Amino acid sequence: MNAKAAHAVPTVAWDRLAQAALIDSIRKLNLRHQLRNPVMFVVYVGSWLVLALFVRDLVIHKPALATFTGVVDVWLWLTLLFANFSESLAEGQGKAQAASLRQARKEVEAKRLQEVREDSPFEMVTGLALRPGDHVLVGAGDIIPSDGEAVLGVASVDESAITGESAPVIREGAGDRSAVTGGTKVLSDWLVVRITAQPGETFLDRMITMVEGASRRKTPNEIALGILLVVLTLVFLVVTITLFPFSWYSVHYAAHAGRVVGITVLVALLVCLIPTTIGALLPAIGIAGIMRLLRANVVATSGRAIEAAGDVDVLFLDKTGTITYGNRQAAAFHAVTGVAEARLAACARQASLADGTPEGKSIVTLAGARFPQEIAAAGDTKGGVLVPFSADTRMSGVDLPGRQIRKGAPDAMRQWVAKAGGTWPDGLDRIVDKVASGGATPLVVCEDGVALGVVELKDIVKSGIRERFAALRTMGIRTVMVTGDNPLTARAIATEAGVDDFIAEAKPEAKLARIQEYHKEGHMVAMTGDGTNDAPALAQADVALCMASGTQAAREAANMVDLDSNPTKLLEIVGIGKQLLITRGSLTTFSVANDVAKYFAIIPAAFVSTYPALGALNIMHLSSPTHAILAAVIFNAVIIPLLIPLALRGVRYRAAAAKDLLRRNIWIYGVGGIIAPFVGIKLIDMFLTWI
Amino acid sequence: MTSPVETLIAVLMAAILFGMPLGAYMARIYGGETFWATRALRPIEHFFYRLGGIHPEDEMDWKRYAIALLFFNLIGTLFLYGLLLWQHKLPLNPEHFAAVTHALAFNTAASFVTNTNWQAYGGESTMSYLSQMLGLAVQNFLSAATGIVIVLAIIRGIVRAKSRHLGNFWVDMTRTVLYVLLPLSVILGLVLLEQGAPQTLGAYVEAHLIAPFVSGKAYVTHQTIALGPVASQEAIKQLGNNGGGFFNANSAHPFESPTAFTNYLQMVAMILIPIALVFMFGYMTKDRRQSTMILSAMLVLFVPLALASMHYDLAANPLFHGLGLSQAHTAANAGGGDMVGVEDRFGAGSSALFGSVATATSTGAANSAYDSFMPLSGLVNLFFMQLGETAFGGVGTGLATMLAFVIFAVFLGGLMIGRTPEYLGKKIESFEIKMASLSILVMPLLVLIGTAVATAFAAGRAGTFNPGAHGFSEILYAFTSPSNNNGSAFGGLSADTTFYNVATGLCMLIGRYWSYLPLLALGGSLAAKQRLPASAGTLGAHGPLFVGLVVGVILLIGALNFFPALGLGPIAEQMTHVHALAASK
Repeated sequence: MNAKAAHAVPTVAWDRLAQAALIDSIRKLNLRHQLRNPVMFVVYVGSWLVLALFVRDLVIHKPALATFTGVVDVWLWLTLLFANFSESLAEGQGKAQAASLRQARKEVEAKRLQEVREDSPFEMVTGLALRPGDHVLVGAGDIIPSDGEAVLGVASVDESAITGESAPVIREGAGDRSAVTGGTKVLSDWLVVRITAQPGETFLDRMITMVEGASRRKTPNEIALGILLVVLTLVFLVVTITLFPFSWYSVHYAAHAGRVVGITVLVALLVCLIPTTIGALLPAIGIAGIMRLLRANVVATSGRAIEAAGDVDVLFLDKTGTITYGNRQAAAFHAVTGVAEARLAACARQASLADGTPEGKSIVTLAGARFPQEIAAAGDTKGGVLVPFSADTRMSGVDLPGRQIRKGAPDAMRQWVAKAGGTWPDGLDRIVDKVASGGATPLVVCEDGVALGVVELKDIVKSGIRERFAALRTMGIRTVMVTGDNPLTARAIATEAGVDDFIAEAKPEAKLARIQEYHKEGHMVAMTGDGTNDAPALAQADVALCMASGTQAAREAANMVDLDSNPTKLLEIVGIGKQLLITRGSLTTFSVANDVAKYFAIIPAAFVSTYPALGALNIMHLSSPTHAILAAVIFNAVIIPLLIPLALRGVRYRAAAAKDLLRRNIWIYGVGGIIAPFVGIKLIDMFLTWI
Repeated sequence: MTSPVETLIAVLMAAILFGMPLGAYMARIYGGETFWATRALRPIEHFFYRLGGIHPEDEMDWKRYAIALLFFNLIGTLFLYGLLLWQHKLPLNPEHFAAVTHALAFNTAASFVTNTNWQAYGGESTMSYLSQMLGLAVQNFLSAATGIVIVLAIIRGIVRAKSRHLGNFWVDMTRTVLYVLLPLSVILGLVLLEQGAPQTLGAYVEAHLIAPFVSGKAYVTHQTIALGPVASQEAIKQLGNNGGGFFNANSAHPFESPTAFTNYLQMVAMILIPIALVFMFGYMTKDRRQSTMILSAMLVLFVPLALASMHYDLAANPLFHGLGLSQAHTAANAGGGDMVGVEDRFGAGSSALFGSVATATSTGAANSAYDSFMPLSGLVNLFFMQLGETAFGGVGTGLATMLAFVIFAVFLGGLMIGRTPEYLGKKIESFEIKMASLSILVMPLLVLIGTAVATAFAAGRAGTFNPGAHGFSEILYAFTSPSNNNGSAFGGLSADTTFYNVATGLCMLIGRYWSYLPLLALGGSLAAKQRLPASAGTLGAHGPLFVGLVVGVILLIGALNFFPALGLGPIAEQMTHVHALAASK
């Protein structure tokens, strides 16, 4: 997967990216961009104000004052630049991704058919002229012009432009593999595709806007956090502005000593107090979350979906592929009394020879391994008529001259036997129940209306999945296994895999109903799906992950698409969603906790001339008032670039109970946030004294 | 001589011990249960509903609830304002007091309706008995009840799911007064009466002095002793966290608090209902851990600060050391410590404790002169109010503000565990943060901007009696107290000027309604939400860790804003004392 991921998101050339981000961060110093972030806008206004004061100090020839004002101003501008840089860096990753996607969205010529058949006359039009409902023909070497559904033909398609997966996939008219994506390339054969997307609204377009526009759309929690930050900024604005009359009063009416606090110091205090750290990093954190998702080869159609992933507390997981290895394997033959096991095996094998499914193949393999001689004697099925599996009959088999062999689900076989006037041996039901209650699937094998016995197909639960579910449980996430199996089988596998609940004999309506039930209780549900009949349930779920191989309807209904078509991806997505929120919360806590130390640096420095006794508040023993204020401003600025890697990578996250996560993050970012600036400011002060 | 620390423990224990059953009782009352209390008083309750044409079953959404509350308080304000302006023409005015000035009448009306009880006047020299009883005492009940119904509506918002309704304002008010405030006041009033507080409508008493003396150039032969219906008013003054004394000397006056026992009872009475409401919250949410969490957070804030205040006041004035003055903790010194402005009967330590309780609970009563506290003890008083009156806070409003801070804590905590934050199953989204912010935001703005305006203009500066940093503290206190609806006065400031009457009056009104109407809206929004089931992945809003988070949020987001101002006031004053002492040695 790593190799693929590397393809989908080009390996980031950090030096190039950083260089571009540096230029971009200077460009972002314009008013319009700064207005978008209220916290940083206050810094912006402060920087201009102090710049004006610096010019004034120069003009009135106060070199000592001008040096102080100038140096403070430089660090205020650097604070802004660092903030811009973090955002640009995160955006840069997105831009690189968008550029590679855009290459796939080349303008293509399409053959628009007049009638829906391969040999219909067609006209050449541009891809942009195509409307939903149009039919186009794509042949070997053609780029599929837009999203659509194959209605005729079978073709192998290279979807690497979207998924990064270089192995071609098969797309064919009708069925669950009919969805084709604009920008992918047909390698061989042909398809007639019915266009389903408006121009500019294709999957590829959505991906590009998602990646590029990541910074522009705010998610609900981001909005709430934004409000909190604005309120804090407003309060601190009043705290610093009112400090001027307070200081003026103290100098002239109370202490009759010292100087009124300067505007530069007040701006420095303001910038230190307002939550610049989180304000600067907030856009980058959001973009980085989307990028992490992309790196996992998942495209979300909205940032909201990523946040919802963190809130999910019920996971609907398809049994096949997620909990068990793809398909069931034949594990044993159980013959009814009076029938040799070898005969059962031979018949089962003959019924499966033409069956290309992994289950069929596993029966052939098992029979060959157990009874090589008998199999050789029974021979193959040349001259026979194959009866493929159909959803109606729910059985498959072969018609040999004079013999009819069938295998299928017990209830289907019972009907078939009754119709053929055959016998249903006494012990058979017991065998069926026994196999089923063990979590395996019984397949009944019949020859000419006589039931011979049962093939036991067993699901193999993936190794390590049990531990993963246990981890989810400590996080408070319930897992629900969705399977088409009967309740007995489902229960056995559910127990083995350690899921909390299961839906057996799941029909799409059953899934939908269960999601609604969970919603009524207030749960948030995530599910995966790929078929058209999953669409209603996908639309209902809070996080709906569709496989890239899924049908167009499923993709439309989902809010995330997994380009790898890997159903276990859901577990990863939950982690990414949580990590995004944790990063925001932790850095906010850190940012607010920092204020304690900054007060202790700046307040004594600002008022020690009025009340010399306030020097006792200088608990860090900073060398001078000037140095104290500078050290606080410098700390406030440099903490931003220092935290960029954390913002982009995300706070370390592991599956744990809420109270453990909370304890850990409060200690690191809350208590650590109080202590760190004391140390940092002191170190900077020592450095300033040294130079 | 009782140690003030023992008094502190005794006060808290009694308040918790009585608060627990009172909380359970209140939960049953507001839940509409039928039991002995309602069986006894229901006829009276229903009589009032018939009188007012109120349908008790008709529940209100938050907007109707808020409008009813505002309307009711507006009527109360106008009535009180009129009463004060016309008191000279009305009965029960044996001392023939003149009409109150417009500015003072506005200030007093705003003060008593908002449960602030900031008094820019001296009661026994300004107010007629009618003004005291029909005006001030009535508002003592109604403003306290208003505070309680505010938090009641918010709690209903948390408890209910998918509902628009927060209860019926008129029903809640009636029940609060009838079942809670009146019975408690009757009991406490009778005890005070027994202990010696007067209760009379007779005129003031003239006492002829045994030893006449010369004061100024006047030969003083007799003294006027002010009386009045004191006991009844005193009970609700403490229970309802009003704090507006009958006399100017407030609870230092021997008629308001005749004995050490009444001094103790008054402290218990101040914290009783705030603590009972915390327990009621636990009963109503059916989550007793919430009571434990909130009470713990309150105690974590209250106890160390109260101890600090007592410590600094008992440590006495450092500048007196070496002057041959004994400030030792002996009975002969009335307990010793900083005795300036202290009533001998109570002593410095107990006065500091009373000050802490009165400022922490938004009562604002006083049994000593807060202006004469040692600077850091005065700082504790200021700081308790600047915490936003969260520990323990005014009746109702304290818990309401605490819940707003809990919502902030839940928000940060929720993000830190990677989920959309939720409190007791209710999602905290941008609307909730907006409303909680609006509520928390206004108090620091009022205090800081008010103080800034007062220090910047002559009208504000004219009020201070003391030079130096202490004068600044006096102004800061004069805005902190009304903005938090506390009402305690630092003194040392001539507050009955048009500037201070209008400015503090506005602070009281804005501080009350701007702080709590958004919280009603928040309650309305929470009520409409679905309740989410709890799991191992949800933030448990209880336990020591969460208590720490709540306390941290209150200190970092709330109180830290006042650090610079406190630095220029009491901290500068204390440091200067210490500095001067070191220099003299």
